[in-house]
Amino acid sequence: MATKVIANKEVELDAEGFLANPADWTPEIAEQFAQEEGIELTDRHWEVINFARKYYKENGVSPTLRQISKGAGVPTKELFKLFPKGPAKKVARIAGIPKPAGCV
Amino acid sequence: MADQERHMAFICSKGNLDMAYPALIMGWAALGNGVDVTIFFTFWGLDLINKNRWNNLQLAPVGNTSMKMDMMGFPVALGIPQIVGVLPGMTAVATSLMKKKIEELDVPPVPEFIEMLQDAGAKLYACKMTVDMMGLSQEDFPEGVEIVTAGEFIDRTEGAQIIFI
Repeated sequence: MATKVIANKEVELDAEGFLANPADWTPEIAEQFAQEEGIELTDRHWEVINFARKYYKENGVSPTLRQISKGAGVPTKELFKLFPKGPAKKVARIAGIPKPAGCV
Repeated sequence: MADQERHMAFICSKGNLDMAYPALIMGWAALGNGVDVTIFFTFWGLDLINKNRWNNLQLAPVGNTSMKMDMMGFPVALGIPQIVGVLPGMTAVATSLMKKKIEELDVPPVPEFIEMLQDAGAKLYACKMTVDMMGLSQEDFPEGVEIVTAGEFIDRTEGAQIIFI
């Protein structure tokens, strides 16, 4: 577990660069993580991020891509365009929550 | 990241309901993790993308030693007697049971799953020899499916990890 300062906040990261503690998350950290992934966050990205965080808070596990697509009302094609090359991991990392707990 | 370059290619050769899902689920998981995905449908596997058949994939209890009675609601892990499996309607019973279990997990039916995979960027190929053998044509498949020869599939999956199902 590595400690790092991101967006002026000292946080712990796991081996894959995910936040070790979802409570450490701030919108500034999301901006920073997104930048590292080459993504510029728009309102549509935030709808996905906010849904994923809310789902995690309510269920204790991260949503799958299908749950995000249905729950946030973002079609699959758009989801893969907003978070190219691996939205399952990218949404979770930017939203500061663990990788999805389900397969579909 | 190393997996930016990763490419997985699935060969679907079976058309039973239970053998349809492994490639669909693993392919979807791979796309979610940023891995390129190609799926080649050959022989009975072609049923997964054949619009006349993809809603009617079935699961037969005959010869299936993994279908135990506990799946039918009896609390014993004994096999369903083969003589029961051959009774008319048993394949329909097993199929609807499996479909119900799949739906309970919020896993989409095959046609919707195929569309999801295409929307997520998977490349779907129909095996030319099977298409010819079964008298099928482009109209039998959803838009975006390409009919290719085995040789073309091999060329287009150079360096990929190949999974035969």
